[in-house]
Parts: sequence; structure tokens; C-alpha cells
Amino acid sequence: MNSMTGIRKKLVVVGNGMAGMRTVEEILRRAPGMFDITVFGAEAQPNYDRIMLSPLLAGDKTFEQIVLNSLEWYAEHYIQLIAGEAVTEIDRAHRTVTGAKGTVADYDILLLATGSNPFVLPLPGTARPGVMTFRSVADVEQMLTIAAPHKRAVVIGGGLLGLEAAHGLNLRGMAVSVVHLMPTLMERQLDASAAHLLERNLTERGMAIYTCADTQSFDGEGEDGPVHGVILKDGRRIAADLVVMAVGIRPNVNLAKSAGIACGRGVLVDDAMRTCDPAIFAIGECVEHNKQCYGLVAPIWDMAKVAADHICGVAQSGFVPAAAGTRLKVSGIEMFSAGMFMGDETTEDILLRDAGRGVYKRLVLRGDRLVGAVCFGDTRDAGWYFQLLKDGEVLGELRETMISGPASVSSDPNKTLTMMPGHAEICGCNGVSKSTICNAIEAFELCSVDDVRAKTKASASCGSCTGLVEGLLKLSLGDKFAPDAVKPMCKCTSNGHDEVRRRIKGGGLKTMHAVMQALEWRTADGCASCRPALNFYLLSAWPGEYVDDAQSRFVNERVHANIQKDGTYSVVPRMWGGTTTAGELRAIADVVDKFNIPAVKVTGGQRIDMLGVKKEDLRAVWEDLNAAGLVSGHAYGKALRTVKTCVGSQWCRFGVQDSTAMGVALEKATWGSWHPHKVKLAVSGCPRNCAEATIKDFGVIATEAGWDLHVGGNGGIKLRGTELLCKVTSEEEVIEYACAFLQLYRMEARYLERTAPWIERVELKYVQEKIVDNAELRRALFEDFLYAQKFTQTDPWAQEAASEVLGRKYSAMAELV
Amino acid sequence: MDGNFANQQFVDIGALEEIPRLGARSVKTTSGDIGVFRTADDQVFALRDHCPHKQGPLTQGIVHGTSVTCPLHGWVISLATGQAQGLDSGCTPRFAAKVEHGRVLLAFGPAA
Repeated sequence: MNSMTGIRKKLVVVGNGMAGMRTVEEILRRAPGMFDITVFGAEAQPNYDRIMLSPLLAGDKTFEQIVLNSLEWYAEHYIQLIAGEAVTEIDRAHRTVTGAKGTVADYDILLLATGSNPFVLPLPGTARPGVMTFRSVADVEQMLTIAAPHKRAVVIGGGLLGLEAAHGLNLRGMAVSVVHLMPTLMERQLDASAAHLLERNLTERGMAIYTCADTQSFDGEGEDGPVHGVILKDGRRIAADLVVMAVGIRPNVNLAKSAGIACGRGVLVDDAMRTCDPAIFAIGECVEHNKQCYGLVAPIWDMAKVAADHICGVAQSGFVPAAAGTRLKVSGIEMFSAGMFMGDETTEDILLRDAGRGVYKRLVLRGDRLVGAVCFGDTRDAGWYFQLLKDGEVLGELRETMISGPASVSSDPNKTLTMMPGHAEICGCNGVSKSTICNAIEAFELCSVDDVRAKTKASASCGSCTGLVEGLLKLSLGDKFAPDAVKPMCKCTSNGHDEVRRRIKGGGLKTMHAVMQALEWRTADGCASCRPALNFYLLSAWPGEYVDDAQSRFVNERVHANIQKDGTYSVVPRMWGGTTTAGELRAIADVVDKFNIPAVKVTGGQRIDMLGVKKEDLRAVWEDLNAAGLVSGHAYGKALRTVKTCVGSQWCRFGVQDSTAMGVALEKATWGSWHPHKVKLAVSGCPRNCAEATIKDFGVIATEAGWDLHVGGNGGIKLRGTELLCKVTSEEEVIEYACAFLQLYRMEARYLERTAPWIERVELKYVQEKIVDNAELRRALFEDFLYAQKFTQTDPWAQEAASEVLGRKYSAMAELV
Repeated sequence: MDGNFANQQFVDIGALEEIPRLGARSVKTTSGDIGVFRTADDQVFALRDHCPHKQGPLTQGIVHGTSVTCPLHGWVISLATGQAQGLDSGCTPRFAAKVEHGRVLLAFGPAA
């Protein structure tokens, strides 16, 4: 080689960043003295660790601490560093490069390591002072001129880089908001469950997280003065003194392109990291290898080795992208993800959720090998998982225990409980210690979790210590302890319905993700059995707060009509108390004609059912019905269905009260309410009971003295007559008792349990104690019901007919004919 | 239709956002409706929009994991294989579907 003759080859490196310098180090290791090396760097600094910009921003590190190659290092290795001068031209014919300040250098081999540029959103106001990217030391310095306690920062982009910037600014005392386009943070590294935990953690640190938020523009002083706020496309505005864009990077290919080197998204390279020009190599974030660009450091280190092998001519290695793992560098947040963490149809999941520690782990297996992993809250085993993943090791018996980590010591919970000192707190909500519980078990001969709850209040609030209380019962009673056989909600959980409801309310769990995490769900997104139940429990526990999840509703409630066996739908408008008018009937007749509706039938609930409506016609049908004043009858819902009435004292010679008016008033008060199952009411005007009130969930029968209130009846497979709840005298009382009863039912019954089996389970006496004997509680239940009604008494038909987005589901996505 | 997905013509049927997460949309074709399903982690699958049991519209079911539960009688169908799960047996034809640059592509022609 040339070095033997004393004439060194000239290596020029364009880019003084991590990729370029790592390659130089690898070259020096393989063949010291082989090249005269010249390095051009656009930035004024020596090579620093770009990954450490976030700690630099946070003030955890100084610039000196993140320098990788000091100026002395360049001198020691006889490397000529031309810092602060970007290369603007490559003359491939003469093998020279020219810098922005006119410096010219000859090369035998050229290495392009130009890195990437942060993507800048092309939005109005982008050029305002205070709107910047997060890529270099200069960016950090600029941010720090604005960053100050109590000032407001908005970070656009909730990916790895954006969240690290947000964290740094948060530590500087700024009020930080993160605006993210996608529904969940870090969607390229985390699944929805882990992202939920991350969002919760960041929110607890005082950050405001806006997901599904698309930025429209930046406003500020005058035409082009400093930024004052970020405007979102949905019209919201977030005040800002500083805006950081971290929405992605683009390989920096300008120089290569202008020199005629083949480029795709990045500079195209082969397995040897060689470009289309054999004298020119490229490496790092600027390259595209096999249609793939890289932004993480691990594969780039591999590239550096391969490039060095070929540049020095010592080995014929080839670049093979290895699985890369990601960690978020935010102190106090442990997060790791690697490989195919989302899984696909050929993979299986092993899931671990430890609500107490806020831990979520998901291992993705294909056949008998680990192909992906997400860990949140505990990454002690992440390295081990990553190794198993990279090695593609056959798991065999490891599979059983690997989710608990390599050290999987027999984690016997009873042993842990035995070791616990007596004063150790078991129930944090109510401050109950181990010895208090054990003493109570002994003194009062308690034998169930419910007994312990009643005596000590342990696990009576949020319920997350239920397992510990059970453990203590087991310790105290030994084999005599027979835990209540609770039927789990479904195969996704071992918890029963009542426990889930208690935990939702007591634990302040307000989203589906929060419930699944806190109750350690075994599946990533539940099943067709638990999702509708959870949606209802959340909706009833947090009226006005919980956002109804359409995808967790059965089709009928999602499209506000009843699916029929042929896939068409039936439409039933509300007829208050079974009353109607000529105008309404005419509108129904017109709709039937206009849409060729094949069947019309009078229902058992005194309304009219139009059967055989095509799904794509539903919105137009509703629009016409709405125009005549008709609204949804909720005949499709686990909801208040009908209030059946007879004609009462207004017409009937036997009637003793105006049952029709009473029925209309009841329906006006209760329509739109969601329940564990369908709910039917009826009002009869005399004891002849023509409205069949005694087989309804809540039946009212008029007497000379007032009204008899009956509860817990239904027709159906298992006929059950009502039981008398009580007698009242005024119409106001009928409304109050009815609403209080419905509120008690929907807060305490299990999903898909009608009032009849519920009352058989809890017994009438229990309901009477709450609704009849306790006026204060009745009043409170009534008020809770009215409060929740504020959010549900909106006609869903009108909403669906008016909204383009909601309307999508009624039509085909595409027609390929 | 099942089996060999190679060499098929993919057609752009719309943006991924038009299908709700854990939801589905139907696509009308001359040979019947095809359901396109989106999972929580943004994978898409396509099946004939007919349950093997009584031809219920699978697009109207609840999507969970990589399965859908038919709205008519609660059969659970694997989105990946079209096979009924558990004790039920039957299979729904599947089609190739994929997402590229946020667009959903569907191959619905006969297998090559």
C-alpha cells in the first residue's frame, strides 16, 4: 500500500459529528498513520455527544462533559480540523472539496457524514424569533437565552427527542406543553399501554400533553416579532415564549446530490457503506441503506466499523442492521423498547402489569423466540431481554418465567407478607397497618375480605391492596381461609365486576388504559366482553369527564339503530309516553316511502319500528325524522327505552290519575340515560294496570291516594313480576324515586344485569333502605342522576346526521367497481 | 382468494385515519363487501365482510387484539387467518392489505 512508500493517502471527512469521528477512530484503530486526515465541521465545536443535548439543556451536564473528542485529540492524531466551515462543493473529477470559506482539500477517499437536519414545519410564523429546533449545541444555547422559570415552552412532537427537550425545559422551571400529532406519545417506540403510563408520568411532572393535536400556526408580536403562542387546527391556542420543533429529521443529502451522487431519501450506500462513487463513502444519519435510514446510535456504530474495514482495506465486512433498542433519557422515567414491540399476526404476547409499581412489560414472541419488547417503569431486565432478542435464542423453558426477569426468584408473596413488620402500612388510602388487620381478624373472627373491609376499612377505598389483605387472611387462618369465588369479568382479568367498579371509583381511574393497567389486565386491549362493560362503568362513574369510546360499544349503540339478521337496521323514534301526532305519523310515512323501508311495525313499547333500513340510509332517515321533531328512541341501547302508559283519567272511565302525563314527565326526565341493561318504565292510571307496569323495571300504578311504585319486573325469558317499593302521593315524588332508583341500579348492578336479577341478588330490603328509608341518600342519588343527565340528553341522531367524521361509519370506505 | 398474496395489484382505498383504531370500514367490490380492520397498533387486515356462521357483517363487530367479534352471534374471527376461534369452526376468506405512507392498500383481485 501507499503507506509503505511513505506517501500517505488523503482522507477527507465531511461532518465532524458522532458518525464521522467514530469512523475515524475505527480507522485509526485498524491502520494508524495510513491516512492524512482532514475533517470539516459546520459547527464551531469539536465532536460532542449529541445524545447528551437533553442533559445539557436540563443543566445536568456542561458542554465540556459531553465533548467526545477534544481539540487535543485531533492534534495528537495529526488530524486537521476545519471547524465552523461547511463543505459546499465536491469536485469528483479532480477529487477536491471546497468549503464555504474557500478552503480546498484534495482527497483519495472521501467520507460523507453530513448527518441530518431537523424537519421544520412549513407553517405561518415559523420564522418568528423563539421558534426553533433541537439539534445542536447552538440550539441549546439559543433556548437558554429564552428559558427562565415560569416562562412557557411548547414542544411540538412527542417523540423521543421532543420529550427529552420538554424534560430539559421543565427542569429549567418552564411551564411546558407538548403538542403531538398522534393519539399516543412515542408511538414509534411504545404501544398504547406504555404510552399511557408515560403520559401520566409527564403530566404528574406538571407538563401539559396535547395528543391528536395538529399545529396550524404561530402567532406573536406584529408581522414577524417574537412568538407568543401556538395555534392548533382545532382552534385551541397555547401561550408560548419558546417553541421547540422536534417533529423528525431529514437526511442531509444536499452536498451529495449537488455532486451527482445517487440519493434516495438519504445518500445511497451498499453493504460496504460505499456510494455510487467508489472513492466516496457515506455513513450515519445521512445515508440510506436498503431503503432504510437510521437515527439511533447503535446501528451507526456498526456502520462505522464496516466503513473503516473497507476504507483501510482490512476486511470484507458488510453492514447488517441489528435490532436497536431505545431508552428515553428522562431522569426518573424508566422506559425501554426494542424490535417488533407491536407484534403482528404471527406473534404472541406475554404481558405483565404491576399496578402498584406502575410497571408494564410486554414481550413479543414469534414461535419460540423473542422478537420485541417494551418495558415501562422497570427496565432492570431490559438488557437481558435485548440480548435474548439480538441473539434470537430459543426460549424453551425460559418462556414461563422470563417476564419476571432472569433472576425470577420464587417470588412468594406470603413470604414477603410474613417478613413485613406489624406497623407496615397495608392500606394507604385509610392508613391501616398489618397489625391492625391481623388483630381484627383474630379478635372478630373475620374470614373474608369484605369482613376486613367492614371492620378496618383496609382495601375499602381504591382496593389496590385487596391482594395483600387476602394474603393476611391466608396467613392468619391458614387452610380455613376460603376466598370468595368471584366470577371474573372475562378471560382478560381475574377481577369480578364489583371489584372493577370499586377500583374505578375508588382509584380515580378515568380511562380504559388506566383501568387495564391498575387492574393488571392480561390482554393489551381487552375483548368484546369487557370493553363494553368498562366503557359503561367509566361513563357512569365519571359523567361529563369520561369520553365515550365508540369502538367499545356494541354495533347497535355505535350506529344508534338495531342490527337485524340480514345486516339491515331498524329505526324506532321516541314517542313520549306512547303518544304521537298526525305530523309525526305523516313524517314516518314519508320516510318509509322515500327510503323504500320494507316493514313497519308497532312495538310492545308503544312506538313505531321501521325495519329493513339500509345502513347508508340511516343518516338521511334520521335527518327527515328530526325535521318533524322526532328523536332517537334508544330502542337499540342498554339505556332507558320506553315509558308505556294507558290513557288514564283524561279519557278512561276508570282512571284515577293522569297516567299519560305522568309517563311523559318520567320519560322527559330519564331519556338518554345509559344503564347496565335496557330499562323499561310504565305508568298505569288505575289498579287494572293496562300499561302492564308490574312487569317493568320501574312500574307506577295510580291509586285514589296517589301512586304505588313497583320495581324489578321484566318480561322476557325469565318472567318476573315487580315488588312494591313504596307508595307516594305527588308526581314530584314519583320522578325523584324513579331517578334515585335508576341511579342506584346503574351504579351498583353489573353490566348486562337487569333490575330483576339485581334485586334478587341484593334483595328488595336493601333497595328500600337506600331509596325509601334514607331521604338524604335518595335526594343525593336523584341529584347525581340529574347531573349525569346534563351530558346525555342530546339526540344522538341529530349529532350523527350533522357530523362528517361521525358519519363516516355509515358508508363504505371505498367502492371498487 | 386465500393463500398466495404475491403479485397482486394493490389499490389505494383511503387514508388510515378513516378507519378508527380498533374499528373497521367496509369496501364495496363487484364480488361483495370486504371489511378492512385496524388494530390498536395500526396494523390493517382485510376479510370478506361475512361471518362464516350466518354472514353477519364483521365490520360492525368489536375489534380486540387481532380478532373481531361478530355482532350477530358473538363468533370470534381471527383477523390474521379468517378462522373462527374457540369451539366454533369456519373460515372467512382474507385479502392482502397493508399501510404505506399513511394510505391503506388493498389487493382484492384473484390471487396470481
